[in-house]
Amino acid sequence: MIVKVTKPVLEIHDLTVSYGKNPILWNIDFSLPHGVLAGIIGPNGAGKSSLIKAIMGLLDVNSGYVRIFDSEMNAVRKKISYVPQRESVDWDFPASALDIVMMGTYHKLGLFKRPGKKEKELAIKCLEKVNMSNFQDRQISELSGGQQQRVFIARALAQEADIYFMDEPFAGVDISTENTIVELLKKMTKDGKTVIVVHHDIHSASRYFNWIIMLNLHLVASGPTDKVLTEELLQKTFGGKLALLSDVGDLIKQKGFDPLKN
Amino acid sequence: MEEFIYFFSFKDPNIVLVVAGISLLSISAAMVGTFTFLDKKALVGDAISHAVLPGVCMAFMFAGNKNPYWIVLGAFTTGAISTYCISYISTTTKLKEDTVIAAVLSIFFGVGILLLTQLQQTGNAALSGLDHFLFGNAIAIVWEDLIVYGFIASFVIIILLVFYKEFKLIIFNAHFAESVGMPVRILRFVFNSLLVLAVVTGIQAIGVVLMAALLITPAAAARFWTNKLHVMLLLAVTFALFSGVAGAYISYVIPKMPTGPWVVMVISFLAFISFFFAKKKGMVSRWYSQRKYQKKIHMDHILKTLFLHWEKKQQGMTQGELINQFQGKASTTRQYINHLINKDHLSATEHYITLTPSGFTEAKRIVRLHRLWEVYLSKYLNLAPDHVHDMAEKMEHLLTPDLEAQLEASLDYPATDPHQSTIPRDHDV
Repeated sequence: MIVKVTKPVLEIHDLTVSYGKNPILWNIDFSLPHGVLAGIIGPNGAGKSSLIKAIMGLLDVNSGYVRIFDSEMNAVRKKISYVPQRESVDWDFPASALDIVMMGTYHKLGLFKRPGKKEKELAIKCLEKVNMSNFQDRQISELSGGQQQRVFIARALAQEADIYFMDEPFAGVDISTENTIVELLKKMTKDGKTVIVVHHDIHSASRYFNWIIMLNLHLVASGPTDKVLTEELLQKTFGGKLALLSDVGDLIKQKGFDPLKN
Repeated sequence: MEEFIYFFSFKDPNIVLVVAGISLLSISAAMVGTFTFLDKKALVGDAISHAVLPGVCMAFMFAGNKNPYWIVLGAFTTGAISTYCISYISTTTKLKEDTVIAAVLSIFFGVGILLLTQLQQTGNAALSGLDHFLFGNAIAIVWEDLIVYGFIASFVIIILLVFYKEFKLIIFNAHFAESVGMPVRILRFVFNSLLVLAVVTGIQAIGVVLMAALLITPAAAARFWTNKLHVMLLLAVTFALFSGVAGAYISYVIPKMPTGPWVVMVISFLAFISFFFAKKKGMVSRWYSQRKYQKKIHMDHILKTLFLHWEKKQQGMTQGELINQFQGKASTTRQYINHLINKDHLSATEHYITLTPSGFTEAKRIVRLHRLWEVYLSKYLNLAPDHVHDMAEKMEHLLTPDLEAQLEASLDYPATDPHQSTIPRDHDV
């Protein structure tokens, strides 16, 4: 079940993506309305993270395209924020929590300019929003997993974007941090932002999100939570991969090159 | 001593030349090296410093003399080719990066040595001192060299400062940098070029192979001292400057001494000092804080022993009784008892040692933490009462007041531990 939207903020058309030689997303095609808090759910290896990486242009796509605010991605990057997985960076890097949040302001500064007072104030405000103001000078390796995650979210807030893509923001996070983040995301969508979250827990999905995208190599469903979160669609998403898609993937792996790539 | 004063008075224009040259190249190497180190690409720096050798030799063959322009061009070319080879092979094949780096390094260096041997056999007078390029000779720097190498080093320093925040972001989180529209690929290319250039500047003064040490070691040493990137950069630059100038000085005093090995000796010495003596992260400081913790444990145990004794008999212990509790540690125990008396935790009368009010509070706290942890283990980890003691023995020294409050709250202020002993609190008598 894929619910079409008339005036979408995000439109994904027939997107096919390979990771290395391994096809991981097949013909993804959906659109999102403005102001939703959307969850991307699916089993391990379903391509959830790859989907948002492909949207952000971090992975080469084989075919298909993405439009945001009815434009090319590169034309609207300043309005878009991406929160990578916490484990994807080395937290031993010599930086404080505030340094990391300030990174969210870099792209607006352009070359040659250093972040100044204005950027610092913004960063401090963003740390406050995630209840981390007491930790602004703490070395990032000394933060707990949940605190590191909140630093990442504060950095995204400092970008002052309109659409937020977050990769597993609840992974390895304690329950109180999870609640803090969820409240924040709900408030953001109330203020007119659109937030898309990769999420691994189906049980909390119905409480957190008002839009659900179900993924398992292909798109199973996309629509308002109350419409798509059904037993049947969950079974389709989590009840094992489509045997043929996996077999074709294996066949392509054996070829030594990717015939799906243009 | 005279030589030392003469050298550092900078009266001799040649010395000024040498020091200026080696300072610039040390600064640029340490700065590029800091970013390379944080990017975990130290081995790439090593590979490049080996891979410039064939370029240097080919430049020789072509130009017929030690013209620095040709040498820089040759060195840059093979150095750049080697980085390109490393990234191309490791992204397109299944070979792991360390394998590729090792292979590229030895192939390029092998070819370099081959060419060098060939050149030396021709017996061309203009080629004498060619082996300086292996180990460096800062004293042999002439005006023309300084112009070329100094210009390159300054260029590297300026570009690094201009793109400081961009490089910082790419190294910490390249995907994020790409997501905000930074031209990550171009910037990486720029950075790799700077890395090759930084190695190239050291050919004459430090030598090709040893340049890797001046690239990475200052950063590694600086990392021990700080958690701030700009401080780390400054420290790395200071270390590199010091060792660069020291190496040049030694080459000046003993003209046959190659500069490179001495620079490496000095920077390694600084790295060793950092490794052992750095605040917090150094070996000595870690060893010291471990010692301090052990001392605290022992004193905690003395207080606890007195408390438990008082709990049973409502009186103090004689010094002999107390010391007997710690078999084989009589002298340290005596020492710590005195220490605790000085801290006003214990008081000693003629026969007895008793807890003072402040010592009593402290002893109570230790026993309380021990028993609370026992309750916690048996309640939340479902451990049997005879399994909880050993762990609590360790936790009693570790738990902070903050964690204690959490424990009390989550256990709902229990009255007794799993062995039915009362949990002592400050407000009870």
